[in-house]
Parts: sequence; C-alpha cells; structure tokens
Amino acid sequence: MTAPPNTPVPTSAAAPDRVLSEEVVIRFAGDSGDGMQLTGTQFTLETALVGNDLITFPDYPAEIRAPAGTTFGVSAFQIHFGATDIKTAGDELNVLIAMNPAALKVNIKDLGTGGLVVVDTAAFTDRNLAKAGFDGNPLDDDTLAPYQVLKLDIARLTLEAVKEFGLSQKEALRSRNMWTLGLMLWIYGRDRKATTAWLEKKFANRPEIAKANIAALNAGHAFGETAEMPAFVQSRVVDPAELAPGVYRTVTGTDALALGLVAGAQSAGLAIMLGSYPITPASPLLHSLAKLKELGVITFQAEDEIAAICSAIGASYAGALGVTSSSGPGIALKGEALGLAVSVELPLIVVNSQRAGPSTGMPTKTEQSDLLQAMYGRNGDAPVPVIAASTPTDCFDVAIEAVRLATKYMTPVMLLTDGYLANAAEPWRVPNVVDLPRFPVRFRTDPEGFHPFVRHEETLARWWAIPGTPGLEHRVGGLEKAYDSGHISYDPANHQRMTDVRTKRIANIARDIPAQRVEQGPERGHLALVGWGSTFGPVYQAVNQARREGIDVSQIHVRYLHPFPENLGALLGQFDRVLVPEMNAGQLVQVLRSTFLVPAEGLNKVEGKPFKIRELLEAIRARASEGGSP
Amino acid sequence: MTTTTPPVPLTPKDFATDQEVRWCPGCGDYAILKAIQKTLAEIGASRENTVFVSGIGCAARFPYYADTFGFHTIHGRAPAIATGVKLANPDLDVWVMTGDGDGLSIGGNHMLHVLRRNVNVQIVLFNNEIYGLTKGQYSPTSPRGQRSPSTPQGSVDNPVSPAAFALGAGGRFVARAVDTQQKELVEVLKRAHAHDGASFVEIFQNCIVFNDAAFAEFTDRKIAADNQVLAEHGKPLLFGEDKRLGLRLDRRSLSLEVVTLGEDGVGEDDVLVHDERNRVLASLLAQLEPPAFPMAIGVLYCDPAEPYERAVHNQLSAVKAKRQNGDLAALLKGGRTWIVK
Repeated sequence: MTAPPNTPVPTSAAAPDRVLSEEVVIRFAGDSGDGMQLTGTQFTLETALVGNDLITFPDYPAEIRAPAGTTFGVSAFQIHFGATDIKTAGDELNVLIAMNPAALKVNIKDLGTGGLVVVDTAAFTDRNLAKAGFDGNPLDDDTLAPYQVLKLDIARLTLEAVKEFGLSQKEALRSRNMWTLGLMLWIYGRDRKATTAWLEKKFANRPEIAKANIAALNAGHAFGETAEMPAFVQSRVVDPAELAPGVYRTVTGTDALALGLVAGAQSAGLAIMLGSYPITPASPLLHSLAKLKELGVITFQAEDEIAAICSAIGASYAGALGVTSSSGPGIALKGEALGLAVSVELPLIVVNSQRAGPSTGMPTKTEQSDLLQAMYGRNGDAPVPVIAASTPTDCFDVAIEAVRLATKYMTPVMLLTDGYLANAAEPWRVPNVVDLPRFPVRFRTDPEGFHPFVRHEETLARWWAIPGTPGLEHRVGGLEKAYDSGHISYDPANHQRMTDVRTKRIANIARDIPAQRVEQGPERGHLALVGWGSTFGPVYQAVNQARREGIDVSQIHVRYLHPFPENLGALLGQFDRVLVPEMNAGQLVQVLRSTFLVPAEGLNKVEGKPFKIRELLEAIRARASEGGSP
Repeated sequence: MTTTTPPVPLTPKDFATDQEVRWCPGCGDYAILKAIQKTLAEIGASRENTVFVSGIGCAARFPYYADTFGFHTIHGRAPAIATGVKLANPDLDVWVMTGDGDGLSIGGNHMLHVLRRNVNVQIVLFNNEIYGLTKGQYSPTSPRGQRSPSTPQGSVDNPVSPAAFALGAGGRFVARAVDTQQKELVEVLKRAHAHDGASFVEIFQNCIVFNDAAFAEFTDRKIAADNQVLAEHGKPLLFGEDKRLGLRLDRRSLSLEVVTLGEDGVGEDDVLVHDERNRVLASLLAQLEPPAFPMAIGVLYCDPAEPYERAVHNQLSAVKAKRQNGDLAALLKGGRTWIVK
C-alpha cells in the first residue's frame, strides 16, 4: 500500500489529488452479526458503478448463529477490484477491516506486509480478546508491527453520528458497518448514492433506522474528508477497467447458473422442473429458481436427494426440462437414478456445486474433488457428458450448453461448479436475448414407424416421445432394451450393441463441441498448465505473470471433461511438460494420463480455498528452470 | 404395439400389450391386471393419457402389460418419478404400481411424501407379505415369525400395516381389496381413480410360490364372509353369511368390538355406520385383524382436498398474471445495472 520513499506518487488524470492504485484487495471482517456481507455487497455495487473490474468472495461461518465474538463466528467479504482484468478474489489483502478481535485473529495472516488494517478499538475489550484467544491486546504489542494500523473508536463515532434518531444503544451500534463503509468509500473516492437509495428502500418501514444508517454512512465519509489521518491512509483512486461496451450487472455463479438454465430452457422451448433437496452450497440455486415462476419455472423441494432427481426424471419423461441440483454427498445418493436416466435416454441436467469431501467434509469450503464421481460414479457402463464452469459468469454459458447437449443427445448432463463459483461475484455483460443460441426441441408425434429406441442417424439420439401423444404409447425402463423396439431383452448380442451405442452416442459429442483452444501462450512448447473449473482465474493470472517474466508456458482450460474435445490429446502432445493444478488429490490428471498416455503431472491443493496465484507461479518457475520432461 | 386410438369405446382387451406376461402361473397379479384393464375400459380412459409408473419387484412389471404409456423405474422411487410427471403435465392420468417391499421398505419415504403432499395419482400397492422377485425373503408387511431364506428361525420384525401407514401419512383416500374378489376390486379402483388427489389402494395379493395362502384366513371363500367386513359409506358395518355380525364402538375403551345382532339385546342401531370422511373411524377399521376381528376392505377413507400439482400450478399462474408472464430480457437485466460505453 505505502509507496517506498522517494518514489513519485502515481496519480490519475481523473483525480489528481488522489493516489492511483492499479488494483486493490479489501476484506471486510467482523462478527456474524456485524453486517459484513451487506457492507461488502454495497462496496461492490459502488465499485462496479465506477467501472472497475472486480471479483468478490464471501466467507461466512457454517454455524447459523455462532456465539458472538468467537473466531468461528467471524464473517468476511472480500473484494478484488481494479483498472485491469480481474480474474481472482485476490491472493493477499491490501486492506483488512477488523470489527472485533476475532476478525483480526482469523484474517490478519492474509494481509500483505505493509497492508492497512482498520480496527474498531471499542471492540477490543478484555472479554472479546479472551474469546478470540489473544493473550494480550494486539493493538498494544508488536503483533501488528508489519502492518499500518488505523485504530478508530468506530462504536463511539457511530453513536455520535446517530444520536439524534433516538435509537437504543444496541440498535445504534448496528450502524457501525455503515460508518466503516462510509470511510472506505471516501478512501477510494466512491459515491454513496446507490447505498443511500438501498438503505431507504430496505428500511422503508422503519425510516428512523434508514436515517440512522445513512447518517452513519455520511459520518464515516466525512471523517475521512476532515479528520487528520495518519500519513499512510491516503485517499486513492482506481481508474475504470477497460470493459467491452454494454449493459453490466454483477452476478454470482449461482445467479448466472439460474439465468442460464432459464435461458437454455427457452432456447429449447421447454419448461423447467427443478427437483432439489437443500444442501450447502447448492441450495441458493433452488432459491433463485423458486423466484422465477413468471417464466414457468417449477421448483420442487423433494423429500430427499433421490426423490429430487427422480422427480426431475419424471418431468423430463413428461416433456419438461428436468433439472436437479446438489453437492457431492447428494450426487452420491442420486447415482442409481442417474443410471436410469442413462438407460432410458432422457434429457436431464445434474448440477454439482462441489464442496470439500469426503462424506460431509467441509460443506462451506470449496473443492473440485467430484470429477471422477461425475465421470464414473454409476453402476454399469453409464457414460454422461460432463462440463464445468470456470468463472461465475461462465456459469450462464455452461448452463445453456448443458441444455443443448441434454436435449440434442437425449442424455443426462453433469454440470460441475463449486462452492467458490457459487458464491463469488463479478461484473457480467448482459447478453441480448436475440443473440442467444436457439435449439428448439421437436417431440415425436408421428406414430408411423415409431419405436421408442429408433435413433437419429447422426446423433444416435432416440426420439423424445411424451405421454399424451396418441399412437406413441410405449414402455421404457431400466431393464436392458432391444435395439429399436425397446422391449425387454436379455439377448447377449443386443446388450453388447446397446452398450456400444450408448458409449458411441456420448463419445460423438466430441464432434459437436468447440476444439480445445489454448487460452494463453503458444500451441506447443515447454510447459502447459491444464486446468478445469474454478482454477481458471488463478491459473490465468499465474501464467500471464510467468509469460511476462519470459517463461515458456501456456494455459489450457478444459470446459468439456467428457467427452474431451477431439484435438485435446494431440494438443497436449505438443508440450514437453503438462502440469494439472486441481483442488483435489489428482483427478483430471489421472484421466488425462489414462486417456492420452501423456506424462501429465498433478499440482494439488485441498485446503478448502482457491489456489493463490503465487503458489501456481512458483510451480511454473520451478518447472521452467528444470527444463525437459519430468 | 402402437396403434391409433379407435373411435369406439375401448374394451379391457384394448389395454393389453403384445408382451408375454411373465408372472408365475396362478399369481394374484393376473387378477389385478385384469381388474385394472376392466377399470380403464369402464372409466373411459384414453391410452395416450394414461401412464403407469412402477419401481422394482413383481408388481413393478405391470407397465409392460398395459398398452398405455409406462415407465418401469428403480426400486422404491415410483412415487417420486410420478410426482415429477404430474408436475410437468398435470393432465396425465398417472398410476403408481408398487408392492410391499418397493412401496414400504426401500420406498417408504417417498410413499409418505406422495401421500402427505396429495399428488393426484392412484397408488396401487400389491401386498403379498413377501419379496417375490428376489426369491422369498420376508417383507416389511410379513407377520412376526415369518420363516424365509433370510429369517430361517422366523422374523422378529414387527410388520407395518399399509392402510394404517397411508392414513398416518395423511393420505386422503385409503382403500383395500382382495385380488380374487374382482367385483369389489374394480369398484375400489374406479373410486380411487375418481378421487381428486392421492389415492392409496392396498390389494391383498397371493404369492403362490413363496407365500401361498398368506391371506387365507379371511379370503378363503368358505370363511370369507365371517372374516371380512366391506366398508360402504352410509351403511352399517355388518358382515357374516347373513349379515348378523356387526362392529360396535366400545366407548369406554375407544375400540371396536364384534357383536351379533339379536344377541344380548344388540340391534342394528348399535352397529357403527361407515362414514368414509371420518379419519378416526378409518384408522380403527384399518387396524382390525383376523382372527379376533374381520379384515376391513372397501373404501376406508375418502376426504378429498386440493391436489399438490394443482396448487403448484395455481401459484405459477398467479405469479405469471401478476408479473405479466415474465420476460427473459428483463430478467437478465434485473438488479442494479450500469452501462459501459
């Protein structure tokens, strides 16, 4: 944050009195009850409105109402914003807001040396210090020596700001977060209009609360403007990022996924029926879709994970787009029913918002360790297409693609996201509806020559023949079916033929998806980093940095995990070394090695958090200096 | 197999497929198949709008033998799949064909929820008190002491009563029938079909191979009259060869007792009159067991309420009307937006 002595301070043409920053990472941290998520969300909105690129990531406790002041009750919201292309939530913090000792304790290790920490001194009582596990008061000893510390009695300043509204002390102190937000908005030269409007709307029924919060917000801002701040607290400016022209909004991966499913269903001309059972971190998709009834979306909160997928299969059987959504443990329960959908060849979208496993694991922490489950987690030879989203906004496109594949090939499609993507947010250029792909479904209506398993010559997909269509009465089920007629068959040659056609139908999808491209760097060379899913951001930044350092490294990011794009094997063969970073113990790397016989090497991390750019950069540098094949 | 709908009313035969029926000779399932085909013809069902959904087990083979739409799914899950079918297209006429193992063991949870939600489907549970397809293990309805390959010394499980379960789950139509008593069976199936909401029909079905004569103590023709009471709405609960036996409420113990008309001053006024809207009475009837009591068959309970899928679609329509049918473009641009030039 602080410039070394004798270096000229960069400034922006737009705000010559402010110090120019290229990019900033801020984390708002406090107790669950301190309103940090709202504070972060409002800061994000004001930041988006000035045109910065950004990514946000919330980190809240698993406990619904954790005891106040404890380390496990700390709730945090991180935002990385800048004038450049922002692709991760940020490696290390430039600014930490710690509303109490527990928030400081949990988060201080992520603050970069020299970074700014803002604390509310009023919260650093003996009792709170003890709850957070501090022996002494870190504000008085050398715990914070590596950082710039801004100690403010935010509680007192807030109480003063809102005293005219006659609130109880408890109610008045709830505005501490808005005071802090006001100060941060001043530091970064942001507007307060959107937040003011939001507060007026949110507390429309309690105007005194709205007024108090707005007063606190303004007081925090005025404090920055007028108080004599230590020299290290400088007002800053972050210029707008160069974004493509258009209408923008911020979306989380969950928002984008819900919108993508609705758009995909419209492209196919189908109604959505989501069958789902609550599970972290997948439930927000159920909540999002439940709000979209006006677009004909039916949501069904089933009695369990099995009923959730079964209801979706039933809906697809009857001619809707069946969707089910869960996380790893729930997907495990859905396995048998997924096999039924494979066997009866019905479209179905299965969303897995992956979380740390095995078993219950760490529900609120991200991981990508369900790839092999997605690919192989069924009895029998039961191939399904598997595709993965790489960024929050990519969830929109991937959802549409999942619907296209499911309906065109009459197959369940496994769509992988994870806890990070589900919760992270970034700006999204809103597409024009007319530009969206269209792939209307044609149900079979002609009884002439109809058999339930007669296949399309090219796609090998069977007809979608739905109940209610005269003359198409037929029976399907999980028992092996005779080729064409669909009657039950135990004939050995028929089972071979049916297994082969099920495999081939899915394998052929490789011809109908884009060729694998290289995200950055040359198409042949010394080293390729091959990623999938939410590692996209950190891998992109690390490869970008390494290339600027002159290292011969390329980035390949795989969206289609089954089947792989047709050229992927040949492409990997063009590199001396292939490094596969994954938030698991080594899954894609195993599939790449077994599929293409390439000497791919894993780089694995399962700490419930995304890769840091630094970790990847170090791995790239190490392999660059080693040279040759491993 | 696939023919166009003829203009003339369909006959039971029109609902038969060309598939060879593969139940054991003498199986009670044949009688149930026949009764359903007769029911479909009598209610004027259309082939294309009728869907049979089943799970796994002998009963679950049913869809292959009815020339309608049919979905033979996975063990225990037919109620969940049927719920999805009805949500996607409430106009379809959906039957769930299940057994005691499929419906009350592996699928017990789904049975509970399809009933409490009141999805408008007909659930036909073939109760033979045994696992047939897996060759004779005891089932959740087998009586204590049932000897089977998995209980060589006899089962020590307490059985579940399907009808009592359905009532407890909040089912709003609960009926019983016997496979071989075609007349009552078809009547019960027609009533189940006419019922708006989830209807649950338990059929006592004889498994001739693994559990023959399991229900003989009340179905054997020689003694059936004295050991069955047919519940008919508005009629006294009388039974026996000459209808001289009846059910009376013992008010002190809140239980039913069997009385004989003309004995100890008992007259017809003492005998309970069946009220199919009375859940308490239905529960008392469902719990009667031979030999001390007759087995209650017929429509034990029928008290319709709004079916689940209708409530769901009504909500959908109300929101659509309020928000002018929604618009994808507006939705995509929802929330706070800004323009980059």
